[in-house]
Amino acid sequence: MAERVFMKGTEAIAEAAVRAGCRFFAGYPITPQNEIPEYMARRLPEVGGTFVQGESEVASVNMLYGAASTGIRAMSSSSSCGISLYSEGVSYCASARIPMVYVNVQRGGPGIGAIQPAQQDYLQATKASGNGGFRMIVLAPDSVQECVDMVYEAYDLAERDQNPVLVLTDGVMGTMMEPVVLPPMKTDEELAACRAKFADRAIVGHPLGQQAYCRPGSVGDGQEKVNIEAAAMYETWDKDIRVEEYMMDDAEIVFAAYGISARISRAVIRELRAEGIKAGMIRPITISPFPYDSFRNLDFNRVKGIIDVEMSIPAQMRWDIDYAVQGKCPVHEVLRSGGQLLTNDQVKKGAMEFIKEVL
Amino acid sequence: MAEEKKVYTRTKGIIEGAVSGFCPGCMHSTIHKIIGEAAEELGQLDNLVRVEGVGCCGLGQFYVTCDETIAAHGRAGAVATGIKRSSPNSLVYTYQGDGDLAAIGLAETMSAANRGENFTVIFVNNGIYGMTGGQMAPTTLVGMKSTTTPGGRNPEEHGYPMHMSEILNQLTAPYYIERVSCDTPQHVIAARKAIKKAFQYQLDGKGYSIVEIVTSCPTNWGLDPLKSLDFLREKMFEEYPLGVFRDEGKKLK
Amino acid sequence: MARIEITTEACKSCSYCVISCPKQCIEISDKVNSKGYLYAASVRPEDCIGCAMCAQICPESAIEVWR
Repeated sequence: MAERVFMKGTEAIAEAAVRAGCRFFAGYPITPQNEIPEYMARRLPEVGGTFVQGESEVASVNMLYGAASTGIRAMSSSSSCGISLYSEGVSYCASARIPMVYVNVQRGGPGIGAIQPAQQDYLQATKASGNGGFRMIVLAPDSVQECVDMVYEAYDLAERDQNPVLVLTDGVMGTMMEPVVLPPMKTDEELAACRAKFADRAIVGHPLGQQAYCRPGSVGDGQEKVNIEAAAMYETWDKDIRVEEYMMDDAEIVFAAYGISARISRAVIRELRAEGIKAGMIRPITISPFPYDSFRNLDFNRVKGIIDVEMSIPAQMRWDIDYAVQGKCPVHEVLRSGGQLLTNDQVKKGAMEFIKEVL
Repeated sequence: MAEEKKVYTRTKGIIEGAVSGFCPGCMHSTIHKIIGEAAEELGQLDNLVRVEGVGCCGLGQFYVTCDETIAAHGRAGAVATGIKRSSPNSLVYTYQGDGDLAAIGLAETMSAANRGENFTVIFVNNGIYGMTGGQMAPTTLVGMKSTTTPGGRNPEEHGYPMHMSEILNQLTAPYYIERVSCDTPQHVIAARKAIKKAFQYQLDGKGYSIVEIVTSCPTNWGLDPLKSLDFLREKMFEEYPLGVFRDEGKKLK
Repeated sequence: MARIEITTEACKSCSYCVISCPKQCIEISDKVNSKGYLYAASVRPEDCIGCAMCAQICPESAIEVWR
């Protein structure tokens, strides 16, 4: 039964995973996501699950690769520079078509960067989370509730596609508390049914002649076949595109933002509306696949410009916006980076400079 | 005359009719054979999971009949941890070479051993990187030539060979550590016994075991198979003496 | 009488069986298999005692033994 509680983002993510059936978690300490492994260390034994503190992010993601290859629901989480070390395991899962779910609670970068929140892993998350040019569905929540719902749903997407799924959040949502409705606990029967679908492929020991192989590579033309199959699967993701179009009916100024930046932009848009400026927002909820059509299909006779709001310098989502808009209207950037938060005032000030030019 | 009985049969642990991809005289194929035999003797071929390292080990994927996954280079210890913790009843072993286990995977090896993970490590030590063309491994002997130590391994520059069984024996958690070889029929039989014992310990839930097998690499040592046996016995056994380093099961008796 | 059977297609001519046979009844023949290896063959089969040392050492699982 659904229940409403007041929870911190990281802990809500962990609880949502447990309720979705996660029974294995491996992770390595890194700020600002430490409460996820800490919560899992307490919680998983209560439901018969296993928590392992890996000796590194590299080990943790490979433990996840192993656990998920047995067909159980498993998870790992890390933050930015730790996620870089996940590249290996994520790429292996994508190649071997292992459903795996992981969470990036973003912090400042590049390098060790800063422990405060940022949105500097957009291109890594959406374009190249490892070698080999694979793709993943990347979900970008803008509230603790969405963190919960997306983690809960991520397993279904991962299992449907036999592919990794990333929930890309940030240190703001990870550390803030909000009321959330928690989803129901999956029953043992439901989880057994999920696992049964994977039974032929699960690496658990099979009778002779029915061996299961989990191969992140191949010989001859084998790997190309794997890649062609994966590419065909990526092509089916149009139906999975999710986007929020906020006050867009008559918008002349379009904010483009995801995650925490969208939340800030929403507040600014309400202020601008109160001042008579027709502002709206396109918020990609799936940043991969990206809602290109929401930008392509804008009425460029009405829309005077787009304001890309990101906590990244240089801008990253801008690449996708430009790809969709093709120069049909000006695009302005309002950015912070390196763990420095955007504030409503900064976004409004940055937006007003642009609005004065184009309106 | 008594009826004729078959006294040695090819194990069902390797694919019927398959010819291994290993070089002539390479003991990787011997080890695949005795792993299959050990598991077969324990009635565990249907329950066997192989986590394969990267390198020549990879050729085994077309040779064995058990469930199998390939770990990224060095990560077999982590992948096996994930598998065994999620499927505790499976008989899980990693199959790793010296570059995989002792260089790129050193952290995963030590940490899995230190946690006392309940799986078995088959560690093939031939003192060189085979698949990539004979580069220096952590286990390469002093003075031994490799493609990245063309003048021979020089301790001042490259350090000394790493003795993994001895190093792992410093940890408290491992249950069973033995170093064997496959250069004679007697050693092959002893190696099979060691693997079978390690598997049995795992089935009994005893925790981490490692069987290090000191072998040759005729191709990259630049020796024919018989000469490689001489080098193995004269040089490798001197650096890597065979024997049981730890057997907690024996202590109990 | 003991005997061995060699799957010649799997033989890679390493000679480990030759040096392991206590009765010296295996030799590398002058015949070549499809992979290009001169394969091992049983000679003086009447001397074979079925000890299976050859089968134990054979890396390629190419030898089966009857006794």
